Amino acid sequence: MLKDFSQYIVYSLLAMEQGRLAGALEFFIYDTIKIFFLLSVIIFVVSIIRSYFPPERTKKILSHKKEFIGNILAALLGIVTPFCSCSAVPLFIGFVEAGVPLGVTFSFLISSPMVNEVAVVLLWGLFGWKIALIYLGTGLLVAIVAGMIIGKLKLEKWVEEYVYTIKTMGAAVDMAKQTFRDRLVYARENTTDILKKVWAYVIVAIGIGGFIHGYVPEDFLVRYAGPQNPFGVPIAVALGVPLYSNAAGVIPIVYALMEKGMSMGTVLAFMMAVTALSLPEMIILRKVLKVKLLAVFVSIMTVTIIGVGYLFNALL
Amino acid sequence: MEIKVFGPGCTNCHKMEELAKTAVKELGVEATVVKITDIGEIAMNGILSTPGLMVNGKIKHSGKPLPSLEKVKELIKAEA
Repeated sequence: MLKDFSQYIVYSLLAMEQGRLAGALEFFIYDTIKIFFLLSVIIFVVSIIRSYFPPERTKKILSHKKEFIGNILAALLGIVTPFCSCSAVPLFIGFVEAGVPLGVTFSFLISSPMVNEVAVVLLWGLFGWKIALIYLGTGLLVAIVAGMIIGKLKLEKWVEEYVYTIKTMGAAVDMAKQTFRDRLVYARENTTDILKKVWAYVIVAIGIGGFIHGYVPEDFLVRYAGPQNPFGVPIAVALGVPLYSNAAGVIPIVYALMEKGMSMGTVLAFMMAVTALSLPEMIILRKVLKVKLLAVFVSIMTVTIIGVGYLFNALL
Repeated sequence: MEIKVFGPGCTNCHKMEELAKTAVKELGVEATVVKITDIGEIAMNGILSTPGLMVNGKIKHSGKPLPSLEKVKELIKAEA
């Protein structure tokens, strides 16, 4: 049906001749409608689930949880609990104060920006559901494993001391009880909010698939990080770490890289490095973590993500 | 009445402050609106995600998306 509709627009409404451009346009219209439909529906559904898990609730669920189970739960809750890096510090302090183990807190902090519905939907729409599932699964795995390692290393001493001295005043939380109607309103607002933020990136990504296809010049990254190069994964990750973008912003780049033949594992590793690790986030986290712990965090993440990249280059 | 807006300085935090001020003006209530930007103090007040809104020591809102002006008025009126 959607195919017929795109064909109708291109060949009847615009009266274009069959050809390369018309084909590209048809593909572009088809993909745009499909992906925006998927995005709207999934973000809406996730927002409803999300409304049941505000950070306050997540904190309560995770407090005094055992490691392992705690790490798994934290990684899963990271998908649905709303969180932006500007709140990383109060969230970190709140978690530690509530007795959430350090490693579990990290699992949450890692999973939250990296694994989310926008990333999964875009991967699904552009590369198929298998790649989307792989990203979801490995993203969770990275968050769980990296958090567990940090927990095992007992690095509590490398958290800034003042964090432990802050006692929250136990302010009464008096947020109105939400009816299901409120949740629907919240979900609608959240969906428009997110769509407003990501639509331009999504269009660019689809545009790359439809038009730039085959015209992107061979560039540095692909030549040196292609499938033949055994150092492709570490190079892609090293380039991705300082870059800062949300999942939607990195998708056009990811698409272009795929188009130019970069292997899937390398691309996934690059995407994880960009979304999970960034300079601005490190600067924010420096307020609560000593440089040593920050360095350990970045190293563990880098190594784990490189591992994921190699694994999928070998499997896919 | 004491209203506190919590936010380290992101756009949404500024918007929240504006919302609170407008709400106070439109409601015509006697209230001070204080903006808290220190991250330690934000955490100390039990706010986990910014922007946060506190009225008379009670957390009324935290996180995104922002509440509407009508909603903010309601939240403030409940404490007036």
